[in-house]
Amino acid sequence: MPPKRQIIRDHTAEANLVARRTVVSIVFVCVLMSIIIINLYQLQVVQYEDYQTRSNGNRIKVVPVAPNRGLIYDRNGEILAENKPVFSLEITPEEVGDLDATIKQLSALMSLTDSEVKEFKSNIRRQRRFKPVSVRQQLSHDEVALFSAKQHQFPGVSIEARLSRYYPFKDSLTHMLGYVAKINKKELVRLDEDDQLANYAATHDMGKQGVEKFHEKTLHGKVGYQQVEVNNQGRVIRVLSFEPPLPGRDIVLNIDINLQKKAQEVLAGRRGSVVITDPNDGGVLALYSSPSYDPNLFVHGISQKEYNKLLASKDSPLLNRATQGRYPPASTIKPFLALVGLEEGVIDETTEINDRGTYRLKNVDHVWRDWKKYGHGTVNVTKSIEVSCDIFYYDLAYKLGIDRISESMQLFGFGRHTGIDLLEESSANMPSRGWKRARFNEPWYIGDTIPVGIGQSYWNATPLQLAQALNFLINKGQRHTPRLIKGYMVEGAVDVLPVEIQSPIPIVDEYNWDIVLDALYGTVNRSHGTARGAFKDTDYVSAGKTGTAQLFSVAQDAEYDEENVSARLKDNAMYIGYAPYVDPEISISVIIENAGGGSSNAAPAARVVMDYYFSEVKPNGIALKTKKNASDSISQARVSANTAAIITTETSGG
Amino acid sequence: MAEAKFTTIKTTMLERLHVDGFLLFALMCLMGIGLVTIYSSGGQDWNLVNRQLTRLGIALIVMFILAQIPPMAYRRLAVYFYSFGLIMLILVLLVGVIGKGAQRWLDLGVIRFQPSEVMKLAVPLMVAWYISKFNMPPRSRNIAIGFIIVFIPTILIAKQPDLGTSLLVASSGIFALFLSGMTWRLIFFISALGGAFAPIMWFFLMQGYQKQRVLTFLNPESDPLGAGYHIIQSKIAIGSGGVSGKGWLQGTQSQLEFLPERHTDFIFAVFSEEFGLIGVIGLLFIYMCIIIRGLMIANHAQDAFSKLLAGSITLTFFVYVFVNMGMVSGLLPVVGVPLPLISYGGTSMVTLLAGFGILMSISTQKRLMSR
Repeated sequence: MPPKRQIIRDHTAEANLVARRTVVSIVFVCVLMSIIIINLYQLQVVQYEDYQTRSNGNRIKVVPVAPNRGLIYDRNGEILAENKPVFSLEITPEEVGDLDATIKQLSALMSLTDSEVKEFKSNIRRQRRFKPVSVRQQLSHDEVALFSAKQHQFPGVSIEARLSRYYPFKDSLTHMLGYVAKINKKELVRLDEDDQLANYAATHDMGKQGVEKFHEKTLHGKVGYQQVEVNNQGRVIRVLSFEPPLPGRDIVLNIDINLQKKAQEVLAGRRGSVVITDPNDGGVLALYSSPSYDPNLFVHGISQKEYNKLLASKDSPLLNRATQGRYPPASTIKPFLALVGLEEGVIDETTEINDRGTYRLKNVDHVWRDWKKYGHGTVNVTKSIEVSCDIFYYDLAYKLGIDRISESMQLFGFGRHTGIDLLEESSANMPSRGWKRARFNEPWYIGDTIPVGIGQSYWNATPLQLAQALNFLINKGQRHTPRLIKGYMVEGAVDVLPVEIQSPIPIVDEYNWDIVLDALYGTVNRSHGTARGAFKDTDYVSAGKTGTAQLFSVAQDAEYDEENVSARLKDNAMYIGYAPYVDPEISISVIIENAGGGSSNAAPAARVVMDYYFSEVKPNGIALKTKKNASDSISQARVSANTAAIITTETSGG
Repeated sequence: MAEAKFTTIKTTMLERLHVDGFLLFALMCLMGIGLVTIYSSGGQDWNLVNRQLTRLGIALIVMFILAQIPPMAYRRLAVYFYSFGLIMLILVLLVGVIGKGAQRWLDLGVIRFQPSEVMKLAVPLMVAWYISKFNMPPRSRNIAIGFIIVFIPTILIAKQPDLGTSLLVASSGIFALFLSGMTWRLIFFISALGGAFAPIMWFFLMQGYQKQRVLTFLNPESDPLGAGYHIIQSKIAIGSGGVSGKGWLQGTQSQLEFLPERHTDFIFAVFSEEFGLIGVIGLLFIYMCIIIRGLMIANHAQDAFSKLLAGSITLTFFVYVFVNMGMVSGLLPVVGVPLPLISYGGTSMVTLLAGFGILMSISTQKRLMSR
């Protein structure tokens, strides 16, 4: 204790002292309170808008909504690609009482596999507890029914539906239609480059091949947005506004599904392709490549094993033979060469050769042979097509020379992309001097030109190119680009797109075209025509050209399975044709690999499809019959009028 | 005449109960605002409101009981009270219960007891008792002893660690010293010393998370999803409230749970968001009324002990308000100080109202003493 030596306390002085200090305190309090108020004024008044924006940024989230993909119809309104709901079993962890027990019960009911449970458990850790996590995707109808009956026992477990692409005709349309599948990293990069990333923000799948890929932009549509209020965990509290997505446009194709299926049927079990087009507008009525596969496999992600099986198959099912198959066109190109010969004046209607079965060039040792051992005898241009004389074309090719052949055949579309609305297209190859120099660094030899005359050597073409060239011929130089898309489905009616026309092939003398077309008529209808047998007794008049391609060298696996190798070295059978002869409606290009001769293998296949077209697709046989007779007489009249009746015109059938 | 008589009786009634009517009314206003805001920030949970109501009831009873005890009794008990608190604090450090990363509680079996709360009252009592023994203004030696009285518990509490409470305890003692008339020269000297002491605190005394808080306070945007998240969200809540607020139950920052510690330390942000600048100024007005009333009580108190005690309690109350509002609005680093009488929570509520009980005792029992 301190000693009590204090002066007597001055209570008034002390009171005044405390009073002064109290006043100081009040001032101190007021100053600090002012600071608080100034700060709040700064926040709530001066910076109000900034904080208002940030507050909204916290709570308002924009959620993209995927547009529904456009449907794809055939020309008759049959749906070829649709959006079907698929069901998945989902668990919302937050709503489930005992997760382990639920999974156990669910495993018993739905017989979940261990890997499904394992995957679910790893997925669940990466998600917010109120976000549903799927246990099994693509439930079957039975599974949906099974669970639905017991749903009340599983709070927090539900079946969710979402739309997914489905191709009801499965493998019938695969190469042409393509398919959609999950967007991959590369595609994301490309979408980003095209400024389309935002548009795909909610989209899972995109077109990978075929029409689905080519018309991706049209089919996809425009993304919609939902403005939602979320809490700090991202849970949606309510929807503030909704800008609906713009669905993709529904596409109508020129394809006739029944004709397509017929083409599939004709090729069943064989490798090859059938392309059917409408010569009047280039519309593709059928485009089938065999063998095919089910595109639905790819929509939900094909397993590596199954994909490898497709990849490894010797029959290359992934290849679209109609647009990517590079085949030696063989005799099918004879009509085009004949036309060029006529137009160039190298030959005329009366030019004849004597075919003894062999062709030689001066100072060249090589002997080129006709397919017919002792030749066709005296052959003019018409007969050369009808009987498919090789010697005539060796000589024609020699006379034309590679430069003129190459240049003119490019006008017929050989060696070039047709421009069909598919990205899987090969330009194949129309050889030229320049090409050979670039490819092999070798000069072009005369000997190289001779086999070009019969569509062999370095020349190859896709079945679609052949169909297109035939259409150019039928239309006498008018060129329509082959098209799969016909137009858009708008409220149940087709909004037809304009036909795409290219500049026509220049004509010297239209009569030359008539000569060639008449020869195609003869091939089918006259007694020695190579396709006569195949088209015997048809109800319609058709014209065409057969082809049989020798496979000089075929890339084969290093496997000496003699039977297999020899089977794969057999000739390719080919046929191009159209009908009716007058006012044609369809043209066809058929190739069947390793099937043998064109007249005995490809032409009959073409006939089956044509018969089907005229009996089922366009069933007005009677009207056609009268047309047939009329056309025949026209053909006769033309030939006789030109006093060039080298060949007796015969009416086929009766 | 009857009317006049009635008024007289009424006044005497309140006086007899030793209740300061004005203070009580203002405190009740704050409690009401608190309950309304807790209801909104707690997700409209009546349980929360009910629990808070219970606490308020208990705290009010404590206040009422303490108001009945004459100031002289407090003066006599000061030393024992302080010593008891000090022992408890040491016990906490030795055998305390750890919760939320800090050792603050003593488990007494029935209840958990937080000795640092005791110190909020024990320190001003002790300092007021010690300083008022001598003539005022006190001599430097006495001031030094006063500081020792203040800093022993302050450091003990800071070690728990509980920065908020140690800050409140320290300021309650320092305010008593300030009011006693310590010279300005000494005040500046000590402030300078404090400034020099700050780096030592930083390197030797502050815990990692406390340093982090200070760093975050200096630049909250440096880590918007981590340490800076609280303060950023809080400022957004306050700022987006604007002048008139978003309306009760309409604060998106609080209702959608972007704001952390919504019904406890950060409740001021909820209030500001929903009631805007106008609401905040109203709230500050009530606080100011209480503080000025408290300082008036201090000024009119009859002896030095009461004056120092009343002033210290009032100014400490102000420190609560200022620190809480300052930290929530980004002026001060985040230290765990609740908004008095509004934040949800029990312990500090009881201490606060106990303080007001003492204040009321000083306010209402002076006449008895003067006789």
